Amino acid sequence: MERRYQWCGITLANSVKASSSGAALELVNIRKEFPGFTAIEDLDLKINAGEFFALLGPSGCGKTTTLRIVAGLETPTSGRVFLGGEDITDTKPHQRAVNTVFQSYALFPHMTVLDNVAFGLRQRKVDEPLKKAQDALALVELSHLADRRPQQLSGGQQQRVALARAIVNRPSLLLLDEPLGALDLKLRRQMQIELKAIQIEVGLTFLHVTHDQEEAMDMADTVAVMNKGRIEQMGAPEALYDRPKTAFVSKFLGQSNLFVGDVVETNDSAVSINLHGNKITVPVARAEKTAGKIAVGVRPEKVQFHESAPAAAAGQNILGPGEIIDIRFTGVSNQYLIEIPQVGSVTVFAQNVGKSPVVELGAQVWVSFKVEHAFGLADLPVGTEED
Amino acid sequence: MAIAGFSGGTAKGSSKRNSKGASKSALKGDRKGAIVAGILLIPGLLYLALFFLTPLVQLVVTALESPDASGAIGAYVYDFNVQNFADVAVKYSLQIFRSFGYAFLATIFALLISYPLAYFVGVKVRRWPLLQRMTLVLVIAPFFISFLLRTVAWKQLLSVGSPLLGVLQNIGLVPHDGYFIGTPAAVVFGLTYNFIPFMTLPLFTTLERLDGRLIEAGADLYANPFKVFTKITLPLSMPGVVSGTLLTFIPIAGDYVNASRDFLGSSDTSMIGNMVDQDFLSNQNYPYASALSVLLMATILILVSIYVRRAGTEELL
Ligand SMILES: Nc1ncnc2c1ncn2[C@@H]1O[C@H](COP(=O)(O)OP(=O)(O)O)[C@@H](O)[C@H]1O
Ligand SMILES: [Mg+2]
Repeated sequence: MERRYQWCGITLANSVKASSSGAALELVNIRKEFPGFTAIEDLDLKINAGEFFALLGPSGCGKTTTLRIVAGLETPTSGRVFLGGEDITDTKPHQRAVNTVFQSYALFPHMTVLDNVAFGLRQRKVDEPLKKAQDALALVELSHLADRRPQQLSGGQQQRVALARAIVNRPSLLLLDEPLGALDLKLRRQMQIELKAIQIEVGLTFLHVTHDQEEAMDMADTVAVMNKGRIEQMGAPEALYDRPKTAFVSKFLGQSNLFVGDVVETNDSAVSINLHGNKITVPVARAEKTAGKIAVGVRPEKVQFHESAPAAAAGQNILGPGEIIDIRFTGVSNQYLIEIPQVGSVTVFAQNVGKSPVVELGAQVWVSFKVEHAFGLADLPVGTEED
Repeated sequence: MAIAGFSGGTAKGSSKRNSKGASKSALKGDRKGAIVAGILLIPGLLYLALFFLTPLVQLVVTALESPDASGAIGAYVYDFNVQNFADVAVKYSLQIFRSFGYAFLATIFALLISYPLAYFVGVKVRRWPLLQRMTLVLVIAPFFISFLLRTVAWKQLLSVGSPLLGVLQNIGLVPHDGYFIGTPAAVVFGLTYNFIPFMTLPLFTTLERLDGRLIEAGADLYANPFKVFTKITLPLSMPGVVSGTLLTFIPIAGDYVNASRDFLGSSDTSMIGNMVDQDFLSNQNYPYASALSVLLMATILILVSIYVRRAGTEELL
C-alpha cells in the first residue's frame, strides 16, 4: 500500500516517504498537557487508508492540538502516533509524509501563488515542480492566478491555494484544520463538494477538522465527535445520528429530546423507565445502560403529535397531554415545542406535506414515537446529576 | 537621507488621510485638506531648508573654491574648481578605500552578531514578554553610556599590559610581543561594537513580527530547519536586514572616532573622516575637506541605491 514516492527516482535514506495513496493513521493513548491545562486526554483514534475522516467538536475542544500532534508541530505529553503502521511520534514535521491545510492558511507572502504550491515539491527535489504545481492549481481552478501574491487573493481563493499547496505533495495523510471556516455559506457548500471530489480523485487519507456538524456529516466516511479533549463517539455519520451514545453527541450532532428517569423494568428486549408516571421504553440493543437513572432520547423528526389521546400500542411510547407553546415555520418542516407537565418540553419536526393536524398555539396534544427510534444514553445531560 | 525619508512619509500619510475624509464633500474637502497638509509641512520644510539644504549648498560651493592669489593659509576665493575632486580622490584614495572596506567588514560582522541576537529576543523569548523586554534592555543598556567613553574604555581594556590583551595573546589571537590597539582589526572591532544597536533594533522589529505559523508551514512542507531559515525566515526579515545594514554602513563609512589615533586607530588606519578632520581643522584646506565630504556623500548615495535596488526593497528609499 505504501509505495515510495514515484516522482523521485532515487529514494534517499532520510528523504520523506510519500505515497500516491493514503496511509492509515493511528493515535494511541494520546495526552497533551499545556502548563496548567490538559488539552487532550487519553485519545485513541484509528483512520483507515483512503478514508475521509472528520473530527467534529466545539471550539476549544482540542481539534487543532490533535492535528498539530499528527503533523509533528506539537509533541504529545504521552502516547504514540502511527502512520502507515510506523511509529512517527519522534520524527520532525519535515520528515513526515503529512501535509496540513492550516486554519489560517499560512501562505508565504513573499512568494507567488505558484511558488507557494511548488514549495513542498522543491524541498523534496521532485522533478518538474512547476509543472506539477500548475496541475495542482488547475485542480482547484486557480491557474489564472499563479503569478499573484497570496495577499492579492480573496479568502476563498487563498483557501484553495492552501489546499493545492498541500495536495500537490500527495501526502499519505492530509490534515485539514477548519479549512472552510472563513467562507460564506454558499462558497462553503461548493468547496465541500469540490473537496470531497478531490479526495476521491487523488485517493488520499483526509483528516478533516470542523465544528460544523452538517459539514462533517456531509463529507466524511467516519465522524469522531470530540468534547473537552476526549473523543465521545466515533462512527459512520448515519450510525452516529441514529444512535448517539452520550448526551453531548445527541445534542451536538443534530437535535434530540432527552428524558431522564429511573429504570423500572429490564427484559431481554427492552428497558423501561418511569418518568413521573409516564413509561418510556427503549430497545435493550439501543441502550447503553440498563439500570439506575438513565437518559432516553429521540430525534424530533421521529416524534408525532395527536389532538386526541392515541390508543396505547406495543412498540409506541406515548406522552401527554401537553400544550403547544411555540410553532416555527422553517419552510420544508414545522417545528413545534410542546410543554408536557412532569416531562418537560418536547420538540417535534413535522414535514410540511399536509399530514400533520392543523393546530394553534396553546392547543392540547399528545406525542408519540416508536420504541425502535428511542436511544438510551451512557450518561446524563448536564444539570441532571446522578443521585 | 533619513530626514528626507521622514518628510516624504509625512506628506504621503497626510494626503492619504485626506482622501479618505474627502470622499463625501469631494473637491472642496480635498482642497482644504491639501491646504492643511501644506501648512503642516511648512515647519518641516523650513527646517530642512535651513539645516540641511543651506549647509549642503555651502559645502558644495566651498568644495569648488580655489586658493587665494595671496597664497595665505586658509584663504580661498569662489571659483568652479572641479579639479579639487580629482585631487582628493587621488590623494586620499587609500583612506577612501579603507573607509568603505572597514565599513563593509564592520557591517557584515554587526549583521552576523545582531541577527542571532535579534532572533533570540524577537522570536525565541516571544512567549515570555517580560523576559523579552529584559533581554532587549540588556542589548541596548551599554549604549546609554557615551560613545566616546565606551571607546576609550575599550582602548584601556585592550592596551598593552592589560589582562584582556594577555588573554588574547595566550589564545593566540594576538602575537605575544604584539599589540592590538592601532591595528585595522581594532578599528573594525570598535566600529562593529559601536554600531551593533543600529543593526539589532531594526532586525528585532521585523523578526518580532515574524509569523510563527509560516515557519510551521515550511516545516510541514518538508523544509528542514536550515531551509526554513533561508527560504522563509531570512526573506521575510529582509526589510530589517536592509535598514539595519544601511543604518550601520552609512555612519560607519563617515566615522572618524574609532579610527583616530586618540581612540582605537593609528595613522595607518585613517578613514575619510579623519582626513576631513585633518584638512579642515589642522591644514585649513577647506576646499579639500569639503570636496572629500561631497565625494563621501555621493559614493554612499550611489552604493546605497545599487544595494537597495538589488535587495528589492525600493519602498525603503
Ligand atoms: N500553546 C498552548 N498553550 C496553552 N493552552 C493551549 C495552547 N494551545 C492550545 N491551548 C488550549 O487547548 C485547548 C484546545 O485548543 P485547540 O486544539 O486549538 O482547540 P480547537 O481547535 O478545537 O478549537 C484550548 O482551550 C486552548 O486554549
Ligand atoms: Mg482550531
